[in-house]
Amino acid sequence: MTYTDTADTDAADTDPAGTDAYVPSQRRIDRERFKRTRARRAASVAALSTLVTGVVLFLVITNSPGWPRTRETFFSAEYARKALPKVLEGLLLNLRLLVVCGAAVLVIGLLLAIARTLRGPVFFPLRALATAYTDFFRGLPLIICLLMVVFGVPALRLQGVTTDPVVLGGSALVLTYSAYVAEVFRAGIESVHPSQRAAARSLGLSSGQALRYVVLPQAIRRVVPPLLNDLVSLQKDTGLVSIAGAVDAVYAAQIIAGKDFNYTPYVVAGLVFVALTIPMTRFTDWVTARMDRRRAQGGTV
Amino acid sequence: MSTTEEAQPGSEGPVLRLESVRKTYGRGTVVLRDVDLEVAPHTVTALIGASGSGKSTLLRCANLLEEIDDGAIFLDGEEITDPRVDEDAVRRRIGVVFQAYNLFPHMTVLDNITLAPRRVHGVPRAEAEARAHELLERLGLGGRAGEYPDRLSGGQQQRVAIVRALASRPRLLLLDEITAALDPELVGEVLGVVRDLKEDGMTMVIATHEMGFAREVADQVCFLDGGVVLERGTSDQIFGSPQRERTRRFLDRIVEAGRL
Repeated sequence: MTYTDTADTDAADTDPAGTDAYVPSQRRIDRERFKRTRARRAASVAALSTLVTGVVLFLVITNSPGWPRTRETFFSAEYARKALPKVLEGLLLNLRLLVVCGAAVLVIGLLLAIARTLRGPVFFPLRALATAYTDFFRGLPLIICLLMVVFGVPALRLQGVTTDPVVLGGSALVLTYSAYVAEVFRAGIESVHPSQRAAARSLGLSSGQALRYVVLPQAIRRVVPPLLNDLVSLQKDTGLVSIAGAVDAVYAAQIIAGKDFNYTPYVVAGLVFVALTIPMTRFTDWVTARMDRRRAQGGTV
Repeated sequence: MSTTEEAQPGSEGPVLRLESVRKTYGRGTVVLRDVDLEVAPHTVTALIGASGSGKSTLLRCANLLEEIDDGAIFLDGEEITDPRVDEDAVRRRIGVVFQAYNLFPHMTVLDNITLAPRRVHGVPRAEAEARAHELLERLGLGGRAGEYPDRLSGGQQQRVAIVRALASRPRLLLLDEITAALDPELVGEVLGVVRDLKEDGMTMVIATHEMGFAREVADQVCFLDGGVVLERGTSDQIFGSPQRERTRRFLDRIVEAGRL
């Protein structure tokens, strides 16, 4: 490491005489050397322990009595090749569900959150309804909600109501997820300091204008990371519409697995979901990091 | 250019008048009891007193951010505490500057300033921005229009907040401890702006701990203590020869602390 160029100009900038060339002291050099040694030692310890853990896991699994059988049932290359095209075909349905349900969830969730923050006795019914809705659907297990909607609604034999399992399954996802997302939005709205609302109102903005121009923009910015987290979760849960009989990635795998009692297609479907989720998670991290950076920039005052 | 509205109807009478205003918080904590106050056009009224004496509450009530329990408040002769009055319309005529600036962090300086003129007063964007630039220039903030509030110093932020309050051409300006959150070396730049506004004839009510400034700039000084206006008068009367024992003690403490 060298300290010549940049450090020198920095020092020269702040030095009124402008003559003093900065030379790092022995103390600094010793300190840096110690830090480098420590970092090297830590890295080698980490590498070694990772390697040991990996080898141990590998040996334990491959030496287990059932391993040859398990490898055949869960990790068969032949079945993987056979299942992949079908699973990917099914995945298209999951993606379509994600996009449509995701959009619906964001809109309904935001409306619910706004309804819950409305003040004044006039809005009591709306507020109570929104509260009851979020309480109920946040508590109800998704799988039960799905079963009720997917099998209960067609059982009613209502005229003009669809019996399409994809639409019904998607509706159940929206019902549950909009309750989650409403709470995320509400937390965001309540995190905006009341003085912001006071400032907006004292400028003459109406309650609705204060919400639209001042409170919501700040609230939404704050809840982007948890919202993306919920979308990742929704992405996985689109796989649950398979219980309604819609042929998505999970159901496609199930069809093949059921025929020959080989579970490799499930592993394939699982990996495909993971592969889909990783970019989304990285995107979430990136957005969060970017927002933190912005805040840090502003925090110098 | 004047920052006040010209030829206001009824500008002969007081701009702001409080009549026996009473305000309590929670269960019977009386913050204001029987407060009377008159603010004449183009004058500056300073509210002084210890923390918790009711200065800020008085300003918040005048702007209808707090609902009063009893009494009445009049703006240009119209009772604004009448529940039938449109509160938003009242607030449009009053500018407020807060202790903590309360700028909108997600908007640039320019958007902070033009929000109310554009959305509330329906001023076209170009016109609103032209006025914003003009005011920024006057307050020594030219070139800061595109910045976000977080990038500015406290003194700059508070001056932006003043510009934001002025942009709607208010009839009355309420300043709530606007220098209390500032580093000492930044206080001067903000007080200088207030001095200029007085020159322009802006009607202002100022809650402040800056006694030297209050003495210099105020036409009327009110000493609040325990929710009542214990003593009022010209700044020479209050600071020169206070009549009440409590006022004297308060001012003595301020002098001891080196603030006067």
